[in-house]
Amino acid sequence: MSQATLAIKKISGHPGPAPGADVERDYQVAKLIDTTTCIGCKACEVACLEWNGYTFTETTFDNSYQTMPSTAWNYWNLIKFNEHEREDGTLQLLMRKDQCMHCADPGCLMACPADGAIVQYTNGIVDFQQQNCIGCGYCVSGCPFDIPKFNPTTKKMFKCTLCSDRVSQGLEPACIKSCPTGCLHFGSKEDMTYLAESRAKQLRENFGFEKAGVYDPAGVGGTGVIYVLHDVTDPEAYGGLPKDPHIPWVVRFWKGPAKWIGNLAMLFGVLGVTLHYFRYGPKEIHPPKNGDGGKP
Amino acid sequence: MSTRVISSPRTTGEPGERILRYSLAERIHHWVGFLFYFYCLITGLAFWSPYMYWLAALVGGGPTARFWHPWFGVAFTISMFWMYAMWDRDMRITDADRRWKAAIKSYIENDDQNLPPEGRFNYGQKLFFWVMFYGIILLLISGIGLWFVEGIPSSLRWLRYLSVTVHVIAALATIGAFIIHVYMGTAMVRGGFTSIIRGEVSTAWAKTHHRLWYEQVTRRQSAGR
Ligand code: HEM
Ligand code: SF4
Repeated sequence: MSQATLAIKKISGHPGPAPGADVERDYQVAKLIDTTTCIGCKACEVACLEWNGYTFTETTFDNSYQTMPSTAWNYWNLIKFNEHEREDGTLQLLMRKDQCMHCADPGCLMACPADGAIVQYTNGIVDFQQQNCIGCGYCVSGCPFDIPKFNPTTKKMFKCTLCSDRVSQGLEPACIKSCPTGCLHFGSKEDMTYLAESRAKQLRENFGFEKAGVYDPAGVGGTGVIYVLHDVTDPEAYGGLPKDPHIPWVVRFWKGPAKWIGNLAMLFGVLGVTLHYFRYGPKEIHPPKNGDGGKP
Repeated sequence: MSTRVISSPRTTGEPGERILRYSLAERIHHWVGFLFYFYCLITGLAFWSPYMYWLAALVGGGPTARFWHPWFGVAFTISMFWMYAMWDRDMRITDADRRWKAAIKSYIENDDQNLPPEGRFNYGQKLFFWVMFYGIILLLISGIGLWFVEGIPSSLRWLRYLSVTVHVIAALATIGAFIIHVYMGTAMVRGGFTSIIRGEVSTAWAKTHHRLWYEQVTRRQSAGR
């Protein structure tokens, strides 16, 4: 992003216009995960740990190849394994790299009450700023993918950053770098969508996966992480990828109309008592009437 | 003006006379409760709206406010139950309250001469007490749902939504009651504010606002003569 402003617009003594000056750039980035070529080697899990400075810790063995049941505050990238039984009774071992989806319409950001704890960059990356996080956990309520994870020691939330630190320096995310099969790609959203669609087409036409398609859910405005799935009609089979993710309506209501209703109610309360005072003023103590009270 | 508190068994009804309305313990409980509630109020409002987030800075910043808000809420709950133990009997709704409630328009319009006499607390004060009492129960239960971030598994995430909805509704209900309470205690019913600080009211005040209570106290006083 920082380099964007240093792209050359005009050049002195140059014959013709500056090269690339009229080129339109798509700053929207995306990660493409082709689940059909993932071999579940977990190189991306290790790369993620290494780049982000976490060490491997003890985990739960769950009779599966999966490293742990779900992502953790210090484990942002997890291959989800699922032995999926197809309609014809054959088994299919599905592997899906689970991490933050970097929604265009991020529910975590909508739910967060702390100024600056979550930001969305113009390139689409949704990033947590732990120094501003108050650890309330509202982001968990807002996220349809169950991604933000709480560090109980520091009381801060963590999740995949899409390697915003690397991307800002023109590098691809660490997971992409480590993938041996090339099932992970990184680039502009437009390019990745094109690549994903052509791969899905190939799967449909040449490999007999008639339902192959691209997962880029519209309910959250599209995502900065898109999947190619063998069967796009059943994303749930891939370790619980929601079919139609959207920000929960309770969160939308709470962060939208409820604020107005509540704030107006409080305002009217304060205004109401003020007006009451203007109109009626304080209560008088009535002069003691004759023979009234005072007598035991 | 000589200030005599009715602790002696005699009342004369002379104008300068003062009467004890709140014991020291009652006053302390009231203000301890206020402190805890007020902390929850301003930190809660900070979480509620980005335009009020600066309120968190008054008490040490967002993370500090987030840490203490639930604890102060628990403290307020304890203090509320303490007040309950102290005032439960005084706060029961009586027939006098029902008669007073029917004439509440006169109260609002400061036409107090036309009001049926009330006991130690009028219907409005009792209503405030019960809104706070049931409000804090709801706030505590829902607050616990919000408190422990990792405590709710994703399969039970509807609990999060329920917690936040109940917490907000209960908080708003208590805030509405609180606004009216503060207004009445400071601006509208003069003498009320001093009574909850120093404990005393004038006999005229007692006769005007809480006639039945006044009669009851003075009768008790004279019975003990
Ligand atoms: C009884 C014990 C209470 C507990 C355990 C509790 C706990 C919580 C928790 C954990 C939150 C989540 C946000 C955060 O802490 O950052 C919260 C939010 C809030 N609390 Fe409480 N609280 C309590 C009492 C109160 C009281 C007495 C009020 C008074 C008005 C209040 C008003 C609020 C408000 C307005 C919010 C923000 C809701 C939103 O973000 O929309 N709470 N509370
Ligand atoms: S836990 Fe942190 S990031 Fe999540 S909503 Fe609360 S302040 Fe925002």
